[in-house]
Amino acid sequence: MVALGFAIIQLAPGDPVQVLVGDYPAPAEYVRQVRERFGLDRPVWLQFFRYLGQVLTGNLGYSFFYNEPVLDLLLDRMGATLLLMVSALVISSVAGIGLGVACGRRPGSATDNALLVLGLVGYSLPVFWLGQLLLMGLSLKLDLFPTQGMRGTLFGLSTLGRVGDVLHHLALPALTLATRYLALNVRLTRASFLDVAAQDYLRTARAKGLAERVVVYKHALRNALLPVVTMIGLNIGHLAAGAVLTETVFAWPGLGRLIFDAILHRDTPVILGGLLVVSACVVVGNLLADLAYAAIDPRIRLGRR
Amino acid sequence: MPRPQFEPRRSPRATRRVLSKWRGSGPSPRAMMRRLRRRPLGLAGLLGAGLFLGAAALGPWVAPADPFALGSSALMPPGRGHWLGTDDLGRDVLSGVLYGARVSLVVGLCAAAGSALIGVTVGAAAGYWRGRLDEILMRLTEWVLVVPQFLIVLVVAAIFGADLRFVVLVLALVGWPTTARLTRAQFLALGDREFVVAAQGLGASDARVITRQILPNALPPIVVAGSLQIPAAILAEASLRFLGLVDPRSLSWGGMLNQAQNFLQQAWWMPFFPGAAIFLTVLSFNLAGEALNDMLDPRARTSGL
Repeated sequence: MVALGFAIIQLAPGDPVQVLVGDYPAPAEYVRQVRERFGLDRPVWLQFFRYLGQVLTGNLGYSFFYNEPVLDLLLDRMGATLLLMVSALVISSVAGIGLGVACGRRPGSATDNALLVLGLVGYSLPVFWLGQLLLMGLSLKLDLFPTQGMRGTLFGLSTLGRVGDVLHHLALPALTLATRYLALNVRLTRASFLDVAAQDYLRTARAKGLAERVVVYKHALRNALLPVVTMIGLNIGHLAAGAVLTETVFAWPGLGRLIFDAILHRDTPVILGGLLVVSACVVVGNLLADLAYAAIDPRIRLGRR
Repeated sequence: MPRPQFEPRRSPRATRRVLSKWRGSGPSPRAMMRRLRRRPLGLAGLLGAGLFLGAAALGPWVAPADPFALGSSALMPPGRGHWLGTDDLGRDVLSGVLYGARVSLVVGLCAAAGSALIGVTVGAAAGYWRGRLDEILMRLTEWVLVVPQFLIVLVVAAIFGADLRFVVLVLALVGWPTTARLTRAQFLALGDREFVVAAQGLGASDARVITRQILPNALPPIVVAGSLQIPAAILAEASLRFLGLVDPRSLSWGGMLNQAQNFLQQAWWMPFFPGAAIFLTVLSFNLAGEALNDMLDPRARTSGL
C-alpha cells in the first residue's frame, strides 16, 4: 500500500517544489535549496527506502504545506474522523441488522416490502446529495441542527454541555454517512436470515418448544450474522472514502478534509500518511470483523491452526 | 436442460452442430418477459434507465436553452421560462441536467464495459487454467477488492488531472474484482462438464473453448454483475465531480452539486435537481440490474421486488 501510494505520486506530473516556491520565477539557487531541505534531490528509490524506514520508526515526515510534522496533523484530525466513522458504523450496523431481521421474519409483508424499497433508495442516494438535502431541510430551513463544523461556541458550557454540543453537530453527518451502509446491511441481513430460516435445525428448535424469541435471536440470527459481519468489515474502507465526501459537505474537521486539501496542495507526505492511516483502518477493521466472527461462531477458533 | 445426444458415429462437424444447439440454453425471451411483468419495480427500473439514456442521446435537442449561456436572471426559482430555475450565473438548470446526463451515462457505461472486460478476462483465465495462475490472479483480485477504491481513484484523479478518459480508465481499473470472481466461479463449475470435455476432445483450441463453449453458458450472472457496475461508476464519477476533481469546464451533475454547495441557503433548486438526476439514474440502473438478475436466473431471487 505504501509502495503503491509512493509510486502514484512519483509518477505524477508536477513538482511539489514548484508549488512551494510559487508561480513567480524564483532564483534557481533557492529552488535547489528547498529541494535539498526536503531530500527531493536524492534518487527515487533512496527516497522510498528512507520514507519506509522513517514510517517504521513512527516518523511520517514533514508537511510541505502546513510546515508541521505529518503525524501531528493526522493525529489532530483523526479524532473527528474516528468519531464520525464509528458513529456511522454503529448506526448502520445496529439499525441495519435489526431492520434486516424484522424483514426476514416476515418476508413479503408490508413492512418487508416498504423496507426493501427504502433500502434500494438508500443504497442509490449519493452521499453528498443526501448531506446537502439534510443540511437544507433540517439545518437551514428548520434550524434544528448546526450547519458547519464540529463545535459551536464553547464559552460557558460545562463538560456535559460540550459533549452535547458535539453530538448535536455530529447527528447529521453521521446519519448521512450511515445511510448507504444501513441500506446494505438491511438487505444482506434479510437475505442471510432467510437462508438460515429454511434450515432444519430451526424447525428442531421450534419443535423442542423453545420460545420464538430464543429461536430467532439465538439460533437463527447468530448464524445469519456471519456474512453480515464479514461485509461490515470489508466496508470500513469504503466508509473512509464516504467520510471524505461527508466531511466536505458538513465542513467536518477530519482526516478526509485533510487528505483532500493535501491533494490540492500536492502535499506528498500528508497524502501518503493519510493513505497509510486509512489502510491501517481497513486492516484493523478486518481484524475486528475476524474477532467478531470468532465470538459469534464457536467453530472458529483463534490462534490455533 | 436437454442432454446432448452423443452418438459416436457422427462426424465431428455434426457433433459440433449438436453441441452448438445445446449451448446457451437460457430461459426463452417469452419466459423472461413473463417474469419481468411480475416485478413492476424492475420494469420501472428498466424504463427509467431507458429514459435517462434517451435524455443523454437527445439532450442537446430537447434542452430549452444553451446550458453555458449566461442569463440576466441569476438564482431564479423554478417557474415559467426556467422550469427548474437558474444558477448563480443565470444558466438554465434544466438544460444543465439534460446535458449532464450525457457525461454521467457515457462514463458509467464505458467504465462498466472496461471493468467487465478486465474482470471476464482475469476470471476466465484463472478459472480455465487454474493452478498457479489462478492463485496469483486471485491474490491480485483480493488485493484490489480490499484497497479503499474510491480513495485511490481520488488520489489518482487529483494528481493526474482532469481528463475524463483518464477517470474512466481508473474507474475500470478498480471496478473489476467482483466480475472476475464471478467469472472464475462459473468457469470452475462449467470447466469439467461434458460439453467442454467433448469440445476439447474434438481438438478445439483453448481460446475457442473459452469463448464459444464456456462463456456463453457462464454469461447470465456476469451480465448482472457487470450491469451493476454502471450505477457504481456513475456514483463514483459524480463524487469526484462534487469534490471538484474533474475538468470543471465540462458540464456534469456532480459538478453542478459542487457549485450549489455555496448556495444551499438561497437556492434549493440548484442542488436538488442535478442530485435527483444522479439518484434516479443510479436507482434505475440498480433496479434494472436486479430485474435482469431475476429474468436471467429465476433461482437466484435476491429480493421479493
